[in-house]
Amino acid sequence: MNWLDICALEEIPQLGSRVINGPKGDIALFRTGADEVFALDDRCPHKGGPLSQGIIYGKQVACPLHNWQIQLESGEAVAPDVGCAHSYPVRVEDGRVQLALDKVRESA
Amino acid sequence: MQKLKLVMVGNGMAGVRTLEELLKLTPDMYDITVFGAEPHPNYNRILLSPVLAGEQNFDDIILNPLDWYADNGITLHTGRKIVEIDRRNCKVIADDGTEAEYDRLLLATGSNPFMLPIPGNDLEGVIGYRDIADTQQMMDTAKTHKHAVVIGGGLLGLEAANGLMMRGMDVTVVHIGEWLMERQLDRNAGELLQQSLEERGLNFLLPQFTSELVDDGQGRVKTVRFKDGTEVPADLVVMAAGIRPNTELAESAGLACNRGILVSDTLQTFDPKIYAIGECASHRGIAYGLVAPLFEQAKVCANHLAMLGYGRYEGSVTSTKLKVTGVDLFSAGDFMGDEDSEQITLSDPIGGVYKKLVIRDNVLVGACMYGDTADGGWYFRMIKNNQNVSEIRDHLMFGENAIGDTGHQGQNKAANMPDDMEVCGCNGVCKGTIVKTIQEHGLFSVDDVKQHTKAGSSCGSCVGLVEQIVLNTVGGAADVKPKSDRPVCGCTDLNHGQVRKAIRDNHLTSIPEAMAFMEWRTPNGCATCRPAINYYLISTWPGEAKDDPQSRFINERAHANIQKDGTYSVVPRMWGGVTNASELRRIADVADKYQVPMVKVTGGQRIDLLGIKKEDLPSVWKDLDMPSGHAYGKSIRTVKTCVGSEFCRFGTQNSTQMGIDLEHALFNMWSPHKVKLAVSGCPRNCAESGIKDIGIIGVDSGWELYIGGNGGIKTEAGEFFVKVKTEDEVMEYSLAFLQLYREEAFYLERTVHYLHRVGMEHIKQGVLADPDRRKALHERLLFSLSFEQDPWKERIEKEELKQEFRRIAVQQLDEVNA
Ligand code: SRM
Ligand SMILES: Cc1cc2nc3c(=O)[nH]c(=O)nc-3n(C[C@H](O)[C@H](O)[C@H](O)COP(=O)(O)OP(=O)(O)OC[C@H]3O[C@@H](n4cnc5c(N)ncnc54)[C@H](O)[C@@H]3O)c2cc1C
Ligand code: SF4
Ligand code: FES
Repeated sequence: MNWLDICALEEIPQLGSRVINGPKGDIALFRTGADEVFALDDRCPHKGGPLSQGIIYGKQVACPLHNWQIQLESGEAVAPDVGCAHSYPVRVEDGRVQLALDKVRESA
Repeated sequence: MQKLKLVMVGNGMAGVRTLEELLKLTPDMYDITVFGAEPHPNYNRILLSPVLAGEQNFDDIILNPLDWYADNGITLHTGRKIVEIDRRNCKVIADDGTEAEYDRLLLATGSNPFMLPIPGNDLEGVIGYRDIADTQQMMDTAKTHKHAVVIGGGLLGLEAANGLMMRGMDVTVVHIGEWLMERQLDRNAGELLQQSLEERGLNFLLPQFTSELVDDGQGRVKTVRFKDGTEVPADLVVMAAGIRPNTELAESAGLACNRGILVSDTLQTFDPKIYAIGECASHRGIAYGLVAPLFEQAKVCANHLAMLGYGRYEGSVTSTKLKVTGVDLFSAGDFMGDEDSEQITLSDPIGGVYKKLVIRDNVLVGACMYGDTADGGWYFRMIKNNQNVSEIRDHLMFGENAIGDTGHQGQNKAANMPDDMEVCGCNGVCKGTIVKTIQEHGLFSVDDVKQHTKAGSSCGSCVGLVEQIVLNTVGGAADVKPKSDRPVCGCTDLNHGQVRKAIRDNHLTSIPEAMAFMEWRTPNGCATCRPAINYYLISTWPGEAKDDPQSRFINERAHANIQKDGTYSVVPRMWGGVTNASELRRIADVADKYQVPMVKVTGGQRIDLLGIKKEDLPSVWKDLDMPSGHAYGKSIRTVKTCVGSEFCRFGTQNSTQMGIDLEHALFNMWSPHKVKLAVSGCPRNCAESGIKDIGIIGVDSGWELYIGGNGGIKTEAGEFFVKVKTEDEVMEYSLAFLQLYREEAFYLERTVHYLHRVGMEHIKQGVLADPDRRKALHERLLFSLSFEQDPWKERIEKEELKQEFRRIAVQQLDEVNA
């Protein structure tokens, strides 16, 4: 795992998100009400809507374009919708948000 | 904590629905054990008729498969009948000796078909119509025998008769009433129904009284004999002459019964540990025989089992729909009427259409329709709501389409639509898909359908049609509450009115506080309730409640409209649609500098710059140096104007200036939904004042104000509100009306829907009747607005508000990729 330092936890608003440039397009970092942080490709499995711009609640985000509900942990859409946004490992160390880019995906 | 033990007797629709409601409220309070006499998990009993008619299979109608019980930790005993309740020791005993102790007992034993007490009623081939076993027997008999007699011309009897006919039997319906379904239809509709069923091949004998069922010598029925001595051949006799609440078990346990187990408004029997629900229960003297009321009971019963203690069941208005494909029939409420009521009827015997509406004291109390039932759901809602119909009385008969808010409803009759016809244009969902989903997933409400198919979840114009399809598919079981009664979302049971009232009465000023106070089920709500609560807070407590950007839809957080590719559009404000060379020059410069892909004149008299990157928004606003047009908000949008008396040869008033003044006064106003105004200088109405939330028309002697117009999903002409003399009055009356709307409308309710909900009289009372009240409303709006600033300007000036628009730069990423 190659952990990258992203930002301080406070730089992501609670129930909000920030966007970074990833090697394969934008990655969205979400912070929940309970201060957990998750990272997903910023592309909705439906029609590519920017998930970072959605409303966040519990451990889910509602896509701003057509309101699919995406689970932040797995990137899976909530039934009855079907689809998955790629997720990345994230951790918070000493108040800093860190993200790991997986190699698997790049070779896939 | 030790879990309590809940035992349920009767594994049918009412009981299992109660468990579902209970698990939603408190998944862990009880260890649940269920006994069901039938050897099946809970299935949708009302769909036995389509199964009999060959339109569906038994597998299709299972509501809760065995997995459901297992997943929820419920112990299920199928095929076991409870024969004794030992109240002293709090346990029940089944026919095979199985025992179960309870802390709470729920009786949901349903009812039994009433078997006429005549000789021969126990012969082979004589059955009731109640469960899978009966249905199976009918299907088997149809393969080997020819003649069927159905006793009873009610809902159940006709569905049985139709099904048997579809399976090739020669069917005669015997009925003691003078017309069919006399409990649900008046004579006219009943006769039309009979005619159409005769055309399909059913035979009827009515009024006719059965005296005896005759043995064929081997213990099987051969003929049905009547009081007048006549006979008809019968290999199968289906008794559908009514049902009797199944109270045997309760009675033997000493619980008070009188045509049903007596229950209170909390669905408790005389023994407070024992609840009864569904067809076996008698509430205020009524034992209901339809699903919709049972589901209402289930909600209340679950509330008490969960020990919340605030639900009350106060009875239900019921509606009926016959599930015979191709026959449209609907009745609800008191459709017979009496001396105190008035009736409006429409009768077209040739076209096969008959409609009757019963009105008492200006309230619709009953409806009975045959042939064209597209508006059944709409009438039913008005009946349930006790809605005053005096203002729409003239159009009432012509249906919702002539008045209401749900788009295409009457135009396309759901029943006649082919399966491949599109219902929801936004999401491309066809009728067939909706019907199939309803059946496969056992859905009962429009919200369920929205969730599973997306139909109706976008612009909402097809919601009426979807509702109709739900009604057609599941009949009276459909859950068709008006929007204002429905909970805000799945996070709460409270509706919009209750949420707003709680916020006002308890001085709640933040979302976490409001959710804690109202016992929200989720930690931070969802994308439906948070924006609503946020609006209620800031509109109720201006200056005190703090706006929460994370509870706003992205457009209102970014102050621009998100586009399909994730870029944004920018619409600067042009007061009253008036601009000048220097603004146009700045717009042109911005278009060049940011390489804006499209510059477009909007339908709201201003200019749209489309395709701007989010990061660029603050600098675009700065370069434009124009205020926000709020083209993205549940807020004031535009005030359209025409050239008016300054230039136009017909102009009577300076409409342009009036519009500019109004737009300045309303700048930054948040509202339940978007608000659009227009001011025209004369009745030629070039600013299209007729379809605006407030439309103002200059006339020689002053100004006319119209409210509740809408040019969107369903075009609605504004209604005349008041005529005033001066510009100041236009301002005061308009702002007062808008403040009333801001205080009373539900989130996402436009003025037209608010107007239809509360009625013009109410608004006139609020704004026109009392000058002091009007001035107070006006003042309150000005007070609210005093806290608002141009959001673009704020974001140019305040560094901390810019975070929303910035990306985090992560350099190493490119190296990782390399
Ligand atoms: C830009 C504009 C179309 C245009 O190019 O002219 C427009 C664009 C949108 N309209 Fe509109 N409407 C525009 C004038 C209208 C008009 C005409 C008018 O205002 O005179 C109407 C009918 C009048 C009315 O509202 O009563 C109109 C009725 C709607 C509706 C239906 C509202 C309803 O209550 O029935 C929606 C959907 C909604 O708001 O829920 C909608 C929603 C939308 C949205 C915001 C859809 C969305 O949620 O993303 C569109 C944003 C497009 C985008 O990607 O930026 N738009 N829209 C117009 C902006 C006017 C302005 O200057 O602010
Ligand atoms: C063919 C048909 C069509 C219908 N169509 C419609 C319609 O279109 N619209 C509508 O609203 N309603 C319709 N109904 C009525 C609707 O199905 C009932 O109102 C509803 O099912 C009643 O629910 P319940 O839970 O009270 O009873 P049930 O669903 O009958 O459940 C009671 C269960 O308890 C079991 N039971 C009884 N005693 C015991 C015992 N001692 N021990 C263990 N188990 C026991 C029974 O076997 C049964 O399974 C229809 C009914 C039928 C039969
Ligand atoms: S601009 Fe309005 S009418 Fe045009 S596609 Fe968008 S929402 Fe529909
Ligand atoms: S793109 Fe996300 S819901 Fe359509």
